[in-house]
Order: sequence, then C-alpha cells, then structure tokens
Amino acid sequence: MMRALLRVLVAGWVLVHGAAFAHKPSDSYLTLDVEGATITGQWDIALRDLDFAIGLDSDQDGAITWGEVRAKHAAIASYALSRLALGPAASPCVPVVNQQLIDNHSDGAYSVLQFSATCANALPALDIGYRLFAEIDPAHRGLLKLSAAGTTSTAILAADVPSRTLSLVAPSKSAQFAEYVKEGVLHIWAGFDHILFLLALLLPAVLVRSRVPGETWAAAPDFRAAFWSVFKIVTAFTIAHSITLSLAALGVISLPSRLVESAIAASVLLAALNNVRPVVVSARWAIAFVFGLVHGFGFASVLADLGLPQDSLVLALVAFNVGVELGQLAIVAVFLPVAFAMRSTRIYQRLVMVGGSLLVAAIAIAWLLERSLNLALLPGFGN
Amino acid sequence: MLLAASSAWTAPFVPTDDGQILERLPQRAAAQNRELDRLKAAANAAPRDVNAATALANAYYQIARAEGDPRFLGYAQAALKPWWNDAGAPTPVLVARATILQSDHQFDRALTDLDRAVSREPRNSRALLVRATVLTVQGKFVQARAECPKLFGLVPELYIVVCVATVDSLTGKSAAATASLQRAMNAAGVTPEARAWAASTLGEIAARRGDAAAEAQFRAALAVDARDLYTIGAYGDWLLDHKRPGDVIPLVRNDARVDALLLRLALAQQALALPDANATTELLRARFAASRARGDTVHRREEARFALWLTKDPAAALRLATENWKVQREPADLRVLAEAAAATGDANAKAMVRQWLAESGLEYPAVAAMVAPGTKGGT
Repeated sequence: MMRALLRVLVAGWVLVHGAAFAHKPSDSYLTLDVEGATITGQWDIALRDLDFAIGLDSDQDGAITWGEVRAKHAAIASYALSRLALGPAASPCVPVVNQQLIDNHSDGAYSVLQFSATCANALPALDIGYRLFAEIDPAHRGLLKLSAAGTTSTAILAADVPSRTLSLVAPSKSAQFAEYVKEGVLHIWAGFDHILFLLALLLPAVLVRSRVPGETWAAAPDFRAAFWSVFKIVTAFTIAHSITLSLAALGVISLPSRLVESAIAASVLLAALNNVRPVVVSARWAIAFVFGLVHGFGFASVLADLGLPQDSLVLALVAFNVGVELGQLAIVAVFLPVAFAMRSTRIYQRLVMVGGSLLVAAIAIAWLLERSLNLALLPGFGN
Repeated sequence: MLLAASSAWTAPFVPTDDGQILERLPQRAAAQNRELDRLKAAANAAPRDVNAATALANAYYQIARAEGDPRFLGYAQAALKPWWNDAGAPTPVLVARATILQSDHQFDRALTDLDRAVSREPRNSRALLVRATVLTVQGKFVQARAECPKLFGLVPELYIVVCVATVDSLTGKSAAATASLQRAMNAAGVTPEARAWAASTLGEIAARRGDAAAEAQFRAALAVDARDLYTIGAYGDWLLDHKRPGDVIPLVRNDARVDALLLRLALAQQALALPDANATTELLRARFAASRARGDTVHRREEARFALWLTKDPAAALRLATENWKVQREPADLRVLAEAAAATGDANAKAMVRQWLAESGLEYPAVAAMVAPGTKGGT
C-alpha cells in the first residue's frame, strides 16, 4: 500500500511539471565509402551506450578511461559488427576492424571503429542490415552517410526498419526530373491563390454574354466553344508564367516577394470582379497572360526555396514547369466537364458564377490587405 | 550535411594515456543502482510478466526524468517490448507506455492509451494524473481541469490542489491558484518533496505575473532537490529576465548535458559577454543539428530560442516557434512564439498570441506587451 502510494507521489511530482527536458538521445554515426567491391567504413558509437550494453566502466567508479575502453576493444568490435550486415545475404561483405579510436561529439565521447569490408564483386546497390542496440534501446538511430560513385547520400537507420537497400549509382537525370515535376504539381495544388485565379478565369469559359436584357450570362452553344475558350486561357497563363519563372530562376530579374504576392492577390481580385461586372470578355486569355507573368515570379520563389541543382538548372526548371502544367491540366480536367454539364442551370449562372466570384473576390481582398500591409486577417489562408 | 555535427569536432584520436578519462557517467546512488539491477534481473527472469516489465520501465522512466536522459526512455520502451505495439495491452502497460510517449511529445498517442486505461480502471490515479498533464501541455484546459476532482481519495489532497491550481493559473485565475497552493502546502502532513513541487509551481506563476516572490519559491524548491532540472530551468529563465546572468552560470553549469540548460548557460554567457559564449553556442548548434539528422522534432522550443537570441535568425525562430506551438502550448511555448513574432513583426503570429491570451485568460503581461497591437517589430 505504501509502496503504491509512494510511486504515485513520485510520478505526480515529475508529471504535472509538463513537457520534459532532454538531452540528445542515442545515435551512432556510420560512414561508408564504397569503391568497386571494397567498402571503407567508420562507425562512431557513444561510450555511454556501449557501457550500458556491454559494460565499459570495469571499476564502477563512474568514469570511463581509455584503459577500460582498450581492454574491451575485442568485445566492442564483436558486439557492434555482429549487428551490422553489409551486402547480399548470400555473400555478405564481412567487415574487419582496422583501428579503434576515440572522438568527441557534441554529447560526449564516442568509440570510433575504422573498418573495411570486401564484397564478392562490385555492387549496384548495398543492402544494409542495422540492429545496433535494437534489443535494449528501440529509440536508438544510426545516421548513415554513404559515399559511392561521386555522390553522397544519407539515411536514418532504426530498429523498426532493420534492413534497407541503398543505390550506389548517382540519381539518374530522369529521377531528378520526376522529382521536380512532382514539386511543380504539388505547388499548384497547394497554392490556393493560383487555383482561385485559374478558376475565376475558367468559370465563365462555359458561358457567353447573354443577349437577354437583365441577364449577364448564357450557356455556351457547344463543348467545342467552351473547350477552345479554356484552351486559350490555360495556354496564355502557361506561356506567361513560364517566361517569368525562367527569368527569375536564372537570376535575370528579381522582384521583392511582398510586391509579387500582393500583385498575385490583386490578379485574383480583378479576375473575380470581371465575372461579376464583365469588362474583358472574349479576350480573357489576355488577362491570363498579363497576370500569368506575375504568378511566374511566385512560382520562382518556390523553386528557389527548393534549392536548385547548379549542374542541372535547366532540367529542374523545365521539370518544375511541366509539373505546374500537369497540375493545372488535372484541375481543368475536373472542372470542365462539371461546369459544362451545369452551364445552363441558374445555379451555375447565378450562384456559382456571381456568388462564387464574389466569394473569391472577398478572399482576394483579404489577401491583398494582408500581403500589402502585412496584416493578419485570414488565419490559415495567408502565406 | 548529416555529419556537420561531427565535423565541428576534433578528428578521431588515439589517447596516449590509459588513465585518461574519456567519459563520466551520471552519478547515481548505490541503492538506486542495486534496485535497478534487481528489477532488471526480475524482468529478465520472467519476460512476459506485466508487473516486472512495468516496474522496470517505470524505474527507467524516473531516471530519464531525473537525469534528463532520453536514452532511458528507449530502455523503458525495450522493457515493454512484448506489448509495445499492442493497442489492447494490460492496463499497467498502457499507463507506462503513455508516460513514455508523452515524454517523446507524442501526446495524442499517449491520450489514446490513457483513455483506454481509464475506461478500464476509472480510479487509476496515475493514468488520471498523466492525462491531466498531457491535456494541460496541449492547452486543453477544460478537459484537464475535469480530471483533477476524479483524484479525490486516490492521492494526497495537495496533488489535487496542484492539479487544479496549475490549470487555473493558466486560465486567468492565478491569484486564486496562488492562495490555494499556499494554503495546501502549509497544511500538516505534507512531505518536503510535495511542498517543493508546490513551491516550484508557485514560482512559475509568480514569474509570469512579474511578482518578485518567484525567486524565494524557486529557491525553496531547489533546497529540497538541488538537481530538479525543471525548476533549475525555470529559475534560470527568471534570473535571465532579471538581468542576473552571473547567477545562472553556477546554477546550470553541472547539467550542461541537458540541452535546455546548456541553452540557459549560453544565454547567460552571452549576456556577460564571456569568451566561452561562442563555444557554447557552437556546441548547441551541433546538438540541434544532430537532433535534426535523426529526424527528431522535440527540441523546437529550445531551438527557437537558440535561433532568436544566439544565432540572431528571427525568421528561423518564428518558423520553429510556430511548429512547436502546434504540438505543445505551455506558457514557455507561447513566450518564444511571442518573442519571435515581435522580432520579425509578423502580424499573423502576433495575432495568434493575442488570441490565445484572450481565449485562455493566461496572465502573462510580459508576453502581452510583446504582441500588443501597434507595437513595432524590430530585428
């Protein structure tokens, strides 16, 4: 009874104090350098972790000396290397320790195992099985730095992913291209302002100006007309933002981001208002072009944040642009059939077209104020 | 990038003297080590014994807290290995697992375990206490306060008073919270440890209210347990706020292994323009880099302060403070968010802080002043 109470007391004491204080958890640092069939490795493992696993402090005085570590060199090497598998399971590359040193990391002293391993033949990919401390500390991580074929990659090795295969050939141009295409798609989908601008321009594409007095809009006569109208707008937007995206990414022009972001908000506002009180009708592609130039600068800042590979700048630029277009086309592919089917209804002509545009305009006004005056009006919608 | 941390250090070397001390292990009482060995042996002898496993896990957890060493959270997790991924684990395992998870800032997962534990055992005092703590850290004050009365008859009354007073002090009733804490801690039969806990809580409330009584409370708590890391951190901040960096250094110097206290050391050294300040800052930079390299995000509160005051990067500080705020909402989290908002002049973040102050009722005039409308941001 008293014991149970005591435990509650202790638990309460530490608990209600809120979030914990911590220092660095257990990590090891594994560096592998692969050249042909030879692997040169260095593995830094914290003395504190080794002490918990196999006991280094022989005289139990709370201080680990070099003599105590040296006496355990064989035990350290066999403990560690038996928990690291390199190469294919059928013919593993067996590591042999060359030297054991000491290094000081930010959180204390580490034992440094320098080893080499020879594989049966040169490998296109390296299988790594990592189980260091897996049975005593599931929170332990191995931070891997792998150098091969002139490139360096990193990985976090953990007990819950005990084995993995890392490619030893440099990432192909096509993989890099695909990566930037994906970023482009994600950006247009995540960038609410780009989508609203596009939708504001596309909403009236399935309509024409009404000849009936008092009515602003009427349904477009056929799909061909609607499609053509959409095509012109999307193409104009694409060409325009490609121009400025390229100029900005290549460092030819640079504009302050507050100006660009404010102008993008203004473009959404004008496009939406043009649906309510049409000023430009047949030449909406021209609006798309002029403001597309502005949106291109916005895309460029994203690309800059991603960090451009200097050796394949053009590739990244083209790929990102292709991604933006694909993302845009996906939006159009969803929008156009739905809008075309609904174009004759009053819901579309009134509620969606006018109501929706007014809503877009209201959001755009808030953005414009936020971005130009640096205010907070729409939490969660700003940038 | 990954190994940037290690590149800041000397190259590996071979020591020349067998007697050279490479690493000092934390001092622990011999009795505690013996108890730990006994629990380890018991758990090893019966690997699927719930009581043996949870007793070992809880012992490791206590060390993790007392020494601020997350390695022991990993050891605690290993002790619960047979049930670690079992959603329907026995109740003592659920509570122990939740305790470990909340230390790793996995608050929602911890709550799932605690809810299940309490639904099975509505009078499980530890489950209720941990749940009140997690809900408070998350800023869910109404739910947190509702936990406290459930503890009647299960824990000493002072614990219930602290439970209620902690929530009250964060929701605009800090005067009442202070009064009830003072009354309860001076009642008969209160253990020194419990009184120290109440004193530390009182110190924090007083510090937020700008009441100079804070110092005496922190010192009273530390007189009972001089190595209470949490109170050391809170008192260190109070000293920094009161332009007494010289007193911070002896307070935190022996616990520089703990990142949060190394941060206070660096801030104090900087305030005193000591030559060591740069080395401490570099050490912290390496710690945060190593933490990021392993994919950890539990240090964002400290890293935000580091970015704001030591590397003078307010934009990075705001990003970190905002991310941190999504996960935990203690006054210290709000404060660093307000400081970063003031330094960058970011209207969104300022509005977020103002909204929190208004909605929670938190009395923290220093923070309110940082984000008052019309205050000019300056870097």
